[in-house]
Amino acid sequence: MTCQKFAKCLNRRLISEKAKINILRMMYLIREFEIASRKMFKEHQARGEFLGALHNCDGQEAIAASMGAIFRKDDYVFTTFRGHGHSLAKGAEPKKMMAELLGRAAGYSKGRGGSMHMFDPSIGLMGGNGVVGGGLTLAVGAALSAQYRNTDQVCICFFGDGAAATGAFHEALNMAGLWRLPVIYICENNLWAATTPINFGCPIKDISDRAAGYNIPGKSIDGNDVYIVYETLNEAVIKARKGEGATLIECKTYRHHPHCMVMPEHRPKDEKQAWLAKDPISCFENMLLQENILCREEQQKLRKDVRDLVAEAVDYAEKCPLPDVNTLYDYVWA
Amino acid sequence: MLKSVLCLMLILYMTMSGRKGAKRYMREITYTVALREAITEEMENDKNVFLIGEDIADFGGVFGVTKGLLDKFGRNRVRQTPISEGAIIGAAVGSAMTGIRPIAEIMYVDFITFGIDQMVNQAAKLGYMSAGAVKVPLVVRAQQGCGTCEAAQHSQQLEAWFMHTPGLKVAMPSDAYDAKGLLKIAIRDDNPVVFLEHRLLYATKQNVPDETWTVPFGKAAIKRKGKEITVVATSFCVHKALAAAEKLSGKIDVEVIDPRTLVPLDIDTITESVKKTGRLLVVHESVTQCGVGAEIVRQVMEKCFRSLKSVPKVLGGASIPMPFSRVLEEKAIPQELDIIETVEKMIKE
Ligand SMILES: Cc1ncc(C[n+]2csc(CCOP(=O)(O)OP(=O)(O)O)c2C)c(N)n1
Repeated sequence: MTCQKFAKCLNRRLISEKAKINILRMMYLIREFEIASRKMFKEHQARGEFLGALHNCDGQEAIAASMGAIFRKDDYVFTTFRGHGHSLAKGAEPKKMMAELLGRAAGYSKGRGGSMHMFDPSIGLMGGNGVVGGGLTLAVGAALSAQYRNTDQVCICFFGDGAAATGAFHEALNMAGLWRLPVIYICENNLWAATTPINFGCPIKDISDRAAGYNIPGKSIDGNDVYIVYETLNEAVIKARKGEGATLIECKTYRHHPHCMVMPEHRPKDEKQAWLAKDPISCFENMLLQENILCREEQQKLRKDVRDLVAEAVDYAEKCPLPDVNTLYDYVWA
Repeated sequence: MLKSVLCLMLILYMTMSGRKGAKRYMREITYTVALREAITEEMENDKNVFLIGEDIADFGGVFGVTKGLLDKFGRNRVRQTPISEGAIIGAAVGSAMTGIRPIAEIMYVDFITFGIDQMVNQAAKLGYMSAGAVKVPLVVRAQQGCGTCEAAQHSQQLEAWFMHTPGLKVAMPSDAYDAKGLLKIAIRDDNPVVFLEHRLLYATKQNVPDETWTVPFGKAAIKRKGKEITVVATSFCVHKALAAAEKLSGKIDVEVIDPRTLVPLDIDTITESVKKTGRLLVVHESVTQCGVGAEIVRQVMEKCFRSLKSVPKVLGGASIPMPFSRVLEEKAIPQELDIIETVEKMIKE
């Protein structure tokens, strides 16, 4: 389902071989993190410990990993409840993330936030959000702050197709367009918002068409193709850094698992099968193998290293103590 | 050892709610089914009643309340929306103003914030501003609660906000019987009603009559008779209070009252009880500060101050955003043990 609107293809030589390997590694890391988190949740649930909602992003890794390869540490990212991938790609530590998933004192939010609420301003990670579309207007503010302070920082706001229906979408993009803010809105259109199919939530085919209403560029692309995502995002980032304003990018993609851990699968089998066949990781892996940047052995080693890293993170998290209940009132005030 | 609140507590409360109640009915239904029966019956009775909300049609709602209603009533009456709480409530208000009777579903009360203008500036005030020319026969059902580790943006309990807004009625059923009976009345009411369901209650079961029933607004339920202290509890806390009362029985005789609707509030039943017991404890999970308990205590103080033998108390949620981690979450809201300890202390006073 590569989008016809975006026909131009990246000159593959523009990304260094090292960067390509890093992108693949990040995609592995995200996938392994998600697999391990599900396993961990199930084990805890079996012991009678319910750990809240867990929204995984398997299948959407190409977008986060490309962002990670382009973005600077001081750039800002606002993510969603489905934010493990974006957080890892922005440089978050798997150990501290796993610890937060288990509500441990050593987690990113010291057990206050859980899976949906991990923050690390020191790497520009401005948090997940439990509210659909909750980041859209905050991203306006971060971009305004960069403009105000006269830096060349850029802000990315990730959101789902469901969030494109919120009132905040209009208010945020209107302001971003009006003030030529350095913000990039990336809609990860995975065709479903919880159990609602895209055609029940959105009357147009390409959400990027809405960009015209805000006088900013809009593109709809194949979100499972690393090269296309990388090129589109790179172009938007360069523009934003130069002070040329906002961009709206819609990445067509698919999540491999149900909306969250506690929800059953309700999507059509054939639709899911078709998208599994377009798994962004296998696609990119194959491309790198074809380009002779990677051989099978290296690829397997890369994946194994990442798997070990994630296993270590789980181990670490399981051993971390729970928060001290006497700290209940900490952090209410700055 | 951490135990699952979801499983253990529910099993406990389910068996309890099965036991209490004078009559024994043969038919056992869950809170979820009770709500669905109320909606179904009112939709059958009145073709103007319709549903609007997220994920309510094919999937039947994230909490399953509207399961099967699409097949029964079709898409025109079971209207699934985009994620647009402002427009869901706004469309509900506008359609109510023009003669149909919407039941809007907000998946988590936390997201009612997007429809606050429509609720507070519009629905609550239109009748008054138009001197009765406009009616807003609207029900906004929302699910709330905590105890499931969903953190600060999915665990708020906001009944006090709506209680603070003249023009809105507020119902908070604590069991299947009240859920069905109150919802039927809410749907028939010509005023905007905020109907708050607790997510840990959906799976609870109760024996109910075969024939249908209603429960009036503004009539509290005395869920357990007692002589020594009045415990007013709302929603899920009714079950915690009943469990505490059971543990205290033989030692302290506790009366448990569930107001069922906060607006209108049946203060008379509460003051009658306080005049008898001389002691008042209010228990709810929502934040204590400026909360439901504060209002109930104020009214009791004004109406029967001289009957009080001890300082009235409120056990409510801590003044913090709800933390994710189970150990912190449990500490942030009143538990059965807190009720027992507080009651014991108050009796000694
Ligand atoms: C304002 C608001 N309304 C409803 C919800 C409940 N909810 C959580 S995720 C979700 C679906 C989101 O879909 P989308 O934005 O497409 O993101 P995706 O899940 O596809 O990543 C809904 C309805 C919420 N969290 N916030």
